Amino acid sequence: MSMALSSFTPLYTLSIPAGGRFSMRIGRGKRLVVRAEGPGANAALWLYRADHPAERLNVPDTLKAQHTAKISLFDVLMSDEGRAMATVVHDTVGWHDPLSGVQTRADVDKRYGETNFQRHRNAMLRSGYENAVKELVRNGLDAGDLVPPVNLFSKVWCDESGRMHFVSEFAPKGSEIGLRMEMDVIAIVSNTPHPLDPRRPYPSVPLTLSVYQDEPTDPRDPRLKTDEARRAMENTVWQYALLR
Amino acid sequence: MPSLAFDRDRDLVAADTRLVLPSGEGFMCTLQLGDVLRIVDLEGNQAVDTLFFDADRPYDHYSAAKTIAAQGNIYLTTGAVLLTESGRPLVRIVEDTCGRHDTLGGACSAQSNTVRYGHDKVHMHNCRDTFMLQIAMHEPRLAKRDLAPNVNFFMNVPVRPDGGLEFADGISGPGRYVELEAMSRVIVLMSNCPQLNNPCNAYNPTPVEIVIWRRGV
Repeated sequence: MSMALSSFTPLYTLSIPAGGRFSMRIGRGKRLVVRAEGPGANAALWLYRADHPAERLNVPDTLKAQHTAKISLFDVLMSDEGRAMATVVHDTVGWHDPLSGVQTRADVDKRYGETNFQRHRNAMLRSGYENAVKELVRNGLDAGDLVPPVNLFSKVWCDESGRMHFVSEFAPKGSEIGLRMEMDVIAIVSNTPHPLDPRRPYPSVPLTLSVYQDEPTDPRDPRLKTDEARRAMENTVWQYALLR
Repeated sequence: MPSLAFDRDRDLVAADTRLVLPSGEGFMCTLQLGDVLRIVDLEGNQAVDTLFFDADRPYDHYSAAKTIAAQGNIYLTTGAVLLTESGRPLVRIVEDTCGRHDTLGGACSAQSNTVRYGHDKVHMHNCRDTFMLQIAMHEPRLAKRDLAPNVNFFMNVPVRPDGGLEFADGISGPGRYVELEAMSRVIVLMSNCPQLNNPCNAYNPTPVEIVIWRRGV
């Protein structure tokens, strides 16, 4: 969908094994592509504005502005300041879960058995909470900055009573999502199991991250699905007109 | 539809705090372990945007995602335990005559109003302004960075199996209430929503009543 990525050379590529994590500043107009190297991957994603991280991904604002409880092609990830942070411009999956958050160390110990570095060395099992907090602190933030992420590649649907249903191994091997950054961000990714994934033992699916040169979205882009997305994009364009 | 059971279990005369919170106003307090907070939807279909913090570790705030994943359901009602990001229990819903409370809608803000309703709505009063003024006045250790996605008591935001989400007409009514029991020392931060742009309250924000029973020592 959209441009064929194979014809472009990434600016940067990184493999993340199961349990791994990543945080990086990515500039406005660059595209982050996350690829699942096996079936049933899950990648928790958080975004913070690079020069003012008090502005960050706000899942409720993102969902209610676009009348959706899932993230898919040409949805816009919005900040708590009413601005577009990133746009999904490439998606082979069709459903990414913004509802379910991550597991803590206690959750991981209880579900997969206790592990620690002393006994298991780097085979110890990591949690999404700890991964995110380490990257927050590394970027000058703290645990209080943690907010609900988007779980890329995972599908959770809700029935009429509100019960959440996890679809096992939803995303096939080779699934890709491309996120065009609409502002300079700190992006945090944790390759850790979805909290509702029933698989045992600890699911192990490597991810590949690549960053490509791209351009910010024009607010008039007809592929934007809603007036709300267009207005969020305009808010970002105006902010950058003042900044740069 | 549950019948009104205003003081079925608790004696309002014995309450330590009773106050009416008009729409557009905020309220902040600290509950000790075992204290009970009742929020009464006096006229019906009002939304009460509420955040919780572990009072001894204020960086550890309410997590919508943690709470709904732990119970496997996106709505809150009697029995629901509200959790922090790190998994600590904050409050438990011990009585609920409404039956459903929203975890996904979050709070309105000047900025999100520009996205949802139009750029000209930036000057309208909103819940995140109320939150910011409350923390400035009462809990200066907290900052805008601590304002995570909140609970909306009495609000109805149904999600469809295909992933669609809408703000629906409320299912609350006059006198319905929700009661929360503190499971640790908890800071409660509330905004009685002044939203005039969506039909959740028939474009008519109304007051709520707040009642607190202290367990004492």
